[in-house]
Amino acid sequence: MVTESLAWAVFLLPLLSFLLISLVIRPFLNRFAQLSGYLLIAALAVSLALSLLVLVRSNEGADLAFPAHTWLDLGDAAIQIGLLLDPVTCIMLVVVTGVSLLVQIYSLGYMRGDAGVSRYFAYMSLFTASMLGLVLSANIVQLYAFWELVGLSSYLLIGFWHDRPSAAAAAKKAFIITRIGDVGFLLAIIYLFYHGPQFAAQGLNPLHIPDIWQAAQPLATGGAVLGGTALTLVCLGIFAGAAGKSGQFPLHSWLPDAMEGPTPVSALIHAATMVAAGVFLVARFFPLFQEAREAMMVVALLGGFTAFAAATLGLVMDDIKRVMAYSTISQLGYMMAALGLGAFGPALFHLFTHAFFKALLFLGAGSVNHATGTFNMRYMGGMRRYMPWTYVLLLVGGLSLVGIVPLAGFWSKDEIITAAWLGEGPVEPWVALAVFVLLIAAALLTAFYTFRMISLTFHGEFRGGGAQELQDAEAEGLPAPTAVTGEVHLAESPKVMVAPMLVLAIAAALVGYLANPQWVKDLLGIPGHWFSYYVESALVFGHAETAPFNWPVAAISTGVAIVGIVLASLVYLQRRPASDTGEVMEPATSAEQDETHGSAGETVPGHKHVAVAPLRSEPLAKAGPVHALLCRKYFIDELYEGLVVRRVFYRFFAGLVDWLDRNLVDGIVDLSAWMTRQIGRLFAQVQTGQVQFYGAVIVLGAVLILVGYLAFGAGMGE
Amino acid sequence: MTLYDIYLIAPQLSMAALAVLVVLADLVTPRKGLVSALALAGLVAPLAFIVLHIYMPNGLLVAGTGNLAEGSGSDSMTLLTGFLPGSLAVDRFSAFMNLLVVASLGLVFLSSIDYVMKLPRLRGEFYGLMLLSASGMMLLASATELITIYVALELTTLPLVAIAAFLPNARSSEAGMKFLVIGAISSALTLYGMALLYGFSGSTTLEGIALALGGPLRDDVPFGSYAVLVGIAVLTVGIAFKLSAIPSQMWVPDVYEGAPIPMVAFLSVASKAVAFALLLRFLYSGLLPYYGDWGALLAILAAITMTAGNLAALAQSNIRRLLGYSTIAHAGYLLVGVAAVAQLGGFGGWASVDSLSPSANAPSAAALMLHSVQEGDSSIGGSFTFTTFGPSSVLFYLVAYAAANLTAFFAILAVHSRIGSDLIEDYGGVFRRFPFLAIALAVALVALIGVPPTGIFVGKIYLLLAAVKSELAWLALVGAINSVISAYYYVRIIRVMFMAPESEAVAAVGMGGIQSRTARVSPFTLVALGLTLAATVLLGILFGPVVQAAEGAVSALPGILIQ
Repeated sequence: MVTESLAWAVFLLPLLSFLLISLVIRPFLNRFAQLSGYLLIAALAVSLALSLLVLVRSNEGADLAFPAHTWLDLGDAAIQIGLLLDPVTCIMLVVVTGVSLLVQIYSLGYMRGDAGVSRYFAYMSLFTASMLGLVLSANIVQLYAFWELVGLSSYLLIGFWHDRPSAAAAAKKAFIITRIGDVGFLLAIIYLFYHGPQFAAQGLNPLHIPDIWQAAQPLATGGAVLGGTALTLVCLGIFAGAAGKSGQFPLHSWLPDAMEGPTPVSALIHAATMVAAGVFLVARFFPLFQEAREAMMVVALLGGFTAFAAATLGLVMDDIKRVMAYSTISQLGYMMAALGLGAFGPALFHLFTHAFFKALLFLGAGSVNHATGTFNMRYMGGMRRYMPWTYVLLLVGGLSLVGIVPLAGFWSKDEIITAAWLGEGPVEPWVALAVFVLLIAAALLTAFYTFRMISLTFHGEFRGGGAQELQDAEAEGLPAPTAVTGEVHLAESPKVMVAPMLVLAIAAALVGYLANPQWVKDLLGIPGHWFSYYVESALVFGHAETAPFNWPVAAISTGVAIVGIVLASLVYLQRRPASDTGEVMEPATSAEQDETHGSAGETVPGHKHVAVAPLRSEPLAKAGPVHALLCRKYFIDELYEGLVVRRVFYRFFAGLVDWLDRNLVDGIVDLSAWMTRQIGRLFAQVQTGQVQFYGAVIVLGAVLILVGYLAFGAGMGE
Repeated sequence: MTLYDIYLIAPQLSMAALAVLVVLADLVTPRKGLVSALALAGLVAPLAFIVLHIYMPNGLLVAGTGNLAEGSGSDSMTLLTGFLPGSLAVDRFSAFMNLLVVASLGLVFLSSIDYVMKLPRLRGEFYGLMLLSASGMMLLASATELITIYVALELTTLPLVAIAAFLPNARSSEAGMKFLVIGAISSALTLYGMALLYGFSGSTTLEGIALALGGPLRDDVPFGSYAVLVGIAVLTVGIAFKLSAIPSQMWVPDVYEGAPIPMVAFLSVASKAVAFALLLRFLYSGLLPYYGDWGALLAILAAITMTAGNLAALAQSNIRRLLGYSTIAHAGYLLVGVAAVAQLGGFGGWASVDSLSPSANAPSAAALMLHSVQEGDSSIGGSFTFTTFGPSSVLFYLVAYAAANLTAFFAILAVHSRIGSDLIEDYGGVFRRFPFLAIALAVALVALIGVPPTGIFVGKIYLLLAAVKSELAWLALVGAINSVISAYYYVRIIRVMFMAPESEAVAAVGMGGIQSRTARVSPFTLVALGLTLAATVLLGILFGPVVQAAEGAVSALPGILIQ
């Protein structure tokens, strides 16, 4: 039996953990900082169990509707605190608690010894609680509050190492860019609020999410409470918020920078859960989008474009986490495109599978970083010999991302591409075709960058790791790169880190077919197409149906993926360094090499004789200007920095404000200061301190009132 | 007097008895802490009686139903037996105010345990006088008869006058003297106003006055209704002393600066609250037929009071004087809610109440209850509908103001005990030395501006909405502008605490200067500060229950309106 308090407990347990860590453990028990991690893990384990219970009960068709609690009644609108436990929420609960639990276990190992362990787990608790609150919200204002809280915890965690300027800058950038999108979301909420009377006339609350769905449906009398252009604008506002959170073009540039945070944070927040909140938001308001075709078209095209463009950027990144960040943006683009095409089930299915394999990939990157002391793939190489577990697990995650049968990513990505191929959704056929082309191209690129990453990291010879990178930076007179520790110890990561990766790898491999079995009526008690049917039952209004498995599409996408893998392998799996490109890094001098070896040997006994191979040039650099364009990320950052920030803000806007400040505001300030002095002087004169005078003022006041009554005529006169 | 009558005034009686007990205990016990503990623990008795009243208005002796909290049964019980019929009303309104008084007193006692320990003499008397004053306040919240009101007013004021002059320094003596003299003048004016009202109506009960005012105009009254107007004017000026409103506000900064800080905290919160309770009861129970006259008067007084308070506060250099002017400004805001009496009707200036033309059958239509807009009953008074919005917004604001202002005073008390100064410039560096105190004071000051998420923000919105609904949009605008002005002087203190370099007074802490400075901040003060700080913020988020309680309390004000 699922009671309301039980459902709330899913959210309240991590919140309690946050309060305990920040109010008790951190101030008083900071010596036992690891305690924070155990506390959060315990809370999340219970939350996960409760989430699974809720999911099971929801799947059995139990009534999980609970009346909302009114916080503020504003007449036509009421801000309520309520639970919306539909299938989408139930799936999200399991994803968030499950991935968060594994990431926290991994963090025990990864963050061990960091000075801010308690602070880290406090923020993580806050994030998990906020994210759970977000998916549970039944009221749009409640949802918005958690939406911002999630943004806040993301900000805090990106800037977790706030003494690094780059981390502080990245946190700020993430906060500001997502805020740009949030303006649209907020405008949509304000629009709904101001049209409360129309809602109230139909007995609806303009802030209650199911009521908003209903308002978008056509009325029997024709028209809708919320329809036409207004509906499109509300949908676009919501999508703006979603695009900011999910890193959709052109609000994507914060997400790669967000990798300045600790790697488990990237895995949980900037890959598996928070960035998916944008997709969740659009899914949450899917009944509205279905009635607004123009908005659907925008979502589909922007999603498809983002999927492709982000994948191209993933090709050239040297930082392993940045490759994955662009990959995340690209995959979120797939989900958005699916929603835009009306493929509700596939979008959420991909969100579900992506959470597992992308979290796995990030944790793998963290594991590699643990051994090499850097995230720069140019200084890695050959790691498969030193960390076989990480290699195999990352390979599973990578193949899942690429979409190779029968791993999870294949099933969900295939459903999306099928939906684009069939083009049966509410959008025009040409839109579906364009999206299909973009997604297939993105699939090719995905396979390429994934295997470029795996080749550079795990194959070839070891190229020195963080120690070598620091040396090179010093040799070239560059400032030491941040986030590079220089501690190289080539060994497998501890079990506490590998075990969660193993669990995620099993999920990333199997969950695709297990959750949504094809061709069978029943698989180990799971009915065929369970996920699709279950999730689509969330659509109280409107309708969506997942297309059946399509052999030609599966063949095309698999073929494209294999081509990508083969190409990447051909380019990057060379035995010999490509010394003929002319851009080879100088091999380290023998003295420097000895130092490197020495430091490596000191940190890890038994790995004394690690040969450090010279750096290799980037084969893609032959592409010349295209490569340069990609390396500069299409100049998006320059556009923001140079045009928007410098020209528009600094020169024009700031100039204007500066002028106003000098000429107008300063004048007012001076005037008010002068007035303050004068008034103060005046009162000093009035406030004589003489009690006789005080008494006289009282009597004078009474007399003045009487004179007023006489002069202006009193109410009850004869 | 029956046993039931005693049950009804048990909160006041137990408070007064506690005062006597504390003074006696102080005589017999040499232990300082015991008196403090007794005074604090003894507050449980009046508190228990108030709660009993709420849930068992009929007492244990009388079998029956009824529950003040839910509003079932009778909303109001008046003392019908005894020698002064109808002199007291025990209802949800009085319960609301009494809870506020007892809670404030408890918090002030808690915060000042350390302070009282350091008093050179008369520790028991300090508690005794505070408790006596509190019993007067509780009486005032229930009083519905002129003589009872007057006695309660004096009982409220005189003990505080004694405490104001408690400290052995010139400022304290000056504060006590000014408080006494101005109090006496106001008291005389109040009494004069009461006499005029009695002369016109021939009744000392508020109900009787309302019946007479609402009835047909009698020819045998000299000056006719002008006698009533003079009464209203003089009475308002008299009560304005307790409200700290124009024109009887000049004593406030002097007393705030010189009197003991705990007494000032209590004065600024509880005394002000019951003064507003008295004003609401007087105007809404007794003088409702003249609502057009006093409504306009209070609207103008509100505007002048808040503007004068805020402007004068701009130039202050002493934080206690500054808070004195701040409390004047807040009295102005609160008067907005009192003035927001009517929703419709010719109002918004020196209005007439022609729509309330007296009719012959007036007395039979007596005792009509105040009709709230929610009930939608607009048949009474034709073009005129009463709303509980204004009065209930006053009650809510009083609670929110109590939380924020007590926070500020407790923080000032703690800082004062460390640095021995009240000058704003000496607050430089307080944040670095006493971060919790600085943050608490900053939150309190930000709350006093009326910034979300604090109770005063909600209260201010509530008040200003009430004004707009009563067609006093101009007054709401004045209130909003005043909030902006007030930000200037509140933020100045925060800026000094957080950004200014360390002052000499702060630097001297712990350096063996004044011996009182070396003491750490009393944990009791910190607990009290934490409680009020939490209330300040929570009232801005979970305001629902308090708003409901305020609306329930106001619905007990019987408005008598004659068609």
